[in-house]
Amino acid sequence: MYETADREARPSRAALVGDSELMDAGSDPPRGTEREPRLHRAFEYVEGWGMAVGARSRVLRPRSVEEVLLCYEAARRDGVTLGLRGAGCSYGDASVNRAGHVLDVSRLDRVLSFDRESGIADCEAGVTIADLWRHTLPRGHWPMVVSGTMFPTLGGAAGMNIHGKNNFKVGTIGDAILEIDVVLPTGELVTLDRQRRPDLFHAVIGGFGMLGTITRVKLKTKRVYSGEVDVKGVSSAHLGAMMEYIDNHTAEADYLVGWIDCFAQGAKRGRGLVHHARYLAEGEDSRAEKTMQLGYQSLPSSILGFPKSEVWRILRLFNHDLGMSLVNWTKHQAGKLEQRKGFHRQSHAGFNFLLDFVPNWKFAYGRGGLRGLIQYQVFVPKETAHAALSEVLRRSAQRGHTAFLGVLKRHRPDPFLLTHAVDGWSLALDFKVTPENRSSLWDTTDELTQIVLAAGGRFYFAKDAVIGPATARAMFPVGARERFLALKAEVDPEHLLQTDLWRRVFADPSERFTAGC
Amino acid sequence: MQPPRFSRALVVGASSGIGAELVRQLVQKGAHVAAVARRKSELDALAHSLAGAQGKVIVRAHDVTDVGDVPLAFEELVRALGGLDLFIYAAGVMTPVGPEEYDTEKDLMMLDVNLGGCVAWGNAAARLFHTQRSGTLVGIGSIAGDRGRKGAPVYGASKAGQDHYLESLRNRLAERNVRVLTIKPGTVETPMTEHLEKLVMPVNAERAAREILGAARGRLWNVRYVPLRWLAVSRVIRAIPSFLFRRTNV
Repeated sequence: MYETADREARPSRAALVGDSELMDAGSDPPRGTEREPRLHRAFEYVEGWGMAVGARSRVLRPRSVEEVLLCYEAARRDGVTLGLRGAGCSYGDASVNRAGHVLDVSRLDRVLSFDRESGIADCEAGVTIADLWRHTLPRGHWPMVVSGTMFPTLGGAAGMNIHGKNNFKVGTIGDAILEIDVVLPTGELVTLDRQRRPDLFHAVIGGFGMLGTITRVKLKTKRVYSGEVDVKGVSSAHLGAMMEYIDNHTAEADYLVGWIDCFAQGAKRGRGLVHHARYLAEGEDSRAEKTMQLGYQSLPSSILGFPKSEVWRILRLFNHDLGMSLVNWTKHQAGKLEQRKGFHRQSHAGFNFLLDFVPNWKFAYGRGGLRGLIQYQVFVPKETAHAALSEVLRRSAQRGHTAFLGVLKRHRPDPFLLTHAVDGWSLALDFKVTPENRSSLWDTTDELTQIVLAAGGRFYFAKDAVIGPATARAMFPVGARERFLALKAEVDPEHLLQTDLWRRVFADPSERFTAGC
Repeated sequence: MQPPRFSRALVVGASSGIGAELVRQLVQKGAHVAAVARRKSELDALAHSLAGAQGKVIVRAHDVTDVGDVPLAFEELVRALGGLDLFIYAAGVMTPVGPEEYDTEKDLMMLDVNLGGCVAWGNAAARLFHTQRSGTLVGIGSIAGDRGRKGAPVYGASKAGQDHYLESLRNRLAERNVRVLTIKPGTVETPMTEHLEKLVMPVNAERAAREILGAARGRLWNVRYVPLRWLAVSRVIRAIPSFLFRRTNV
C-alpha cells in the first residue's frame, strides 16, 4: 500500500503513444518530457508549523538514498546550505533555511517491513506516525511514542527526539528506536545503533538534522489488545494539586497529561484537567477485533453537525484574550463534569492526536503576515519545577502574554546527547504572535528563559523559536554541546547542513556558510 | 478585506496580445513584473517600450513546452521579484485546423502549450501561493472551451481542460486564502486571431487586459468573461441542443 505509481520512473509520453521515432529524434527528449526522472523540486514558502517564522526556499524531495546524495551535490554546486525537513511539524524554525535549500524527506515513505511477532517496524524516514500506526494497529501494535499530532515523519521525529504523553514511562522516541540509516554530508551511508557508532547514534537522534539525513528508522512498537485506552479526567484546582496527582499515579498510568487554564491566577494558578489513561490488558476489550480496525479509529468529520474543516473559522472569533479566557474557563468547568464520568474508553487516535481533532485550528491565529503562534515549552527538574513553572505562568500573564493553551507533562532523562528531557516537568505554552506583539513577546520569553535557566531547565528544538546561543551554552549538561560540535566538525566539516535554528542557537562566526548568502 | 495590490507579478505568454498588454498595464501602475515568453526579441522590445514606467520589467525567454525548465525559471524570477502576488498564464496557441484535418502532432502541440504549460506553471505558482497562504492566480482560458465546436476540437479541449484545472485549484486553494480566476475572453484583436476572417464583437487587447486586471483585483468573479457580454452569449451557446449545435458554424 505504500508503493505508489509516483515512485516509479514515469515513461515519457512518446513511450506511452509508442512512437519510437519521437523517442529517437534528436538529442532533446520530445515535447518537454525527460528520459531520466529529475529530482523533484519546488520553490515554496517554508515555515514552521506555528506560521510565525518562515522563508522562501528551493525544496528538494528525494525518493532514494541516491537522490539524497544528489541534493547534497546540488547545494554544494549552488554554494548554499541545506536544511533538513520532515513534515514541517516543528513549531519554530527547526526546518526553515533562509540561507539555502531545503531537503524534505517526506517522499521516502515506504514501510519496508513489519514483524507482528516482535512488533519491530522498519520504515523509510518519510513514513509518518499516521502511516505507522495505520500499518501496525490492525496487526496488534501501537507505536511506543507518538506526538500530539500524527503527521510528523519518523525521520523528523527521530531528529527532534520527540516525546508523547507517556514520556515519564517509556522515554522519548529515541528510546524506541533500534537502528537508523544516515546519509552523512561526507556522502557516506552509515547504519547506527547502540553498538555501531553509539556516540553518533545518540547524537543524530535529537541532533535536529545537523549531522546527516536519516533515511531509515527501525523501531519497536507496543503490543496492544484493544483499539482503545481507558481514560479518565481529573480536575485540578491549582498547579500543585495537578503535579501531586501526576506524581502519585506514574506507576499505574500509561499516559498522564495535564491541560492548564493559563488565565487563572492567584490561588487558582495552574488549575486544569489531567488526563490519565492506561492500555487495556488482554481480554479486557471484548470487541478488540472491531476496535483495532482503522475505521474505528477515524476522528469524526463533524462537531455537532458542523463540518470540522470549517471549525477554525469559529475559533477565530475567540482568538483574543477575552475570548480565550472564556474558552479556558468553560473547558475547566467541563473538566469538572468529565471527572464525574470516571474511566471511559477512547480510541488510541482520539486520545493521542488531540492536535488533529480540529483541522487547521492554527488558522484561528491568522493566515498571513507572520501571524501565528509559538509554543514556548520549558523543561525543569523536579526539585525546582513547581516554583519555576508557577513563576512562568505568573510572569507571562503579568507581561500581557497569557498563553491560550498550557500543557503540563512529566518526563524522565534519556541517554541522547542534546536531549531536552529531564527528570522533571515540562510546561508548553501557546502564545499568539502578531506583527504588533512580536517584539514584546520575545522580550517576555527572554525573561521567562532566565527563570527557567536559573531553575536548571532546558528547551526543546521541536518547539523553540526564541532562545539564543547563550541559552544553548547554559542549558545542556556539561560538555554535551562541545561533543555535539565536535561530531558536527567530523561528519560535516564544511557545515553543509544548516537551518535557521542552527544559526540562531549555535551561531559560530568561523563557519564557512553564513546567513544571507 | 481590502482588494489585493499587485506589486510583484509574473506573466507567462507576455510577448504579444493580451499578455503583453497585461505587462504594460501592471508596470504602468508601478508593479514589478516578470515577463516570460518564447521570443526574447519581442520581450526586449516590450521592456524597452516600458523603460520610463513606474514599475520595472524582468524578461526571460522560455518555451512553455519545456516543462523541465519551469521550476528553475519560476524560482529565478520570483527571487528576482522578491516574492509574488499575482501569476497570470496567458500563453496560448490556436493553429488553424481544416474541417477534414486530424493532425495529432499539431493537436498535441496545442495541448502542450495551452494545457501542459498552464499545468506546469500553474503548479509552480500554486505551490508557492499554497505555502505562503496568499496570492492571485489567473489563467486566460477561452469561450472556446465552453462547447465542443466543429472548427477547433483540440483548441477547445485544451481550454476546457484548463477551465477544469483552474476550478480545481480554486477549490483547493480557497482555504489557503489564494484566489484563482479563470478568464474567458471572447474575440480579442491579437496576433492569435489575425488569421480569422471575421471577429464577432471584438475588443482590443488593451481593453481586455484592463478588464482582466479589474476582475483579478476584485473578489466578485471566479470565472470572468471578457468583455462581460460574452457571458450571455456563452449561456445561449451552452443551451443549444446538440442536434442543432452540430448544424451551426459557431
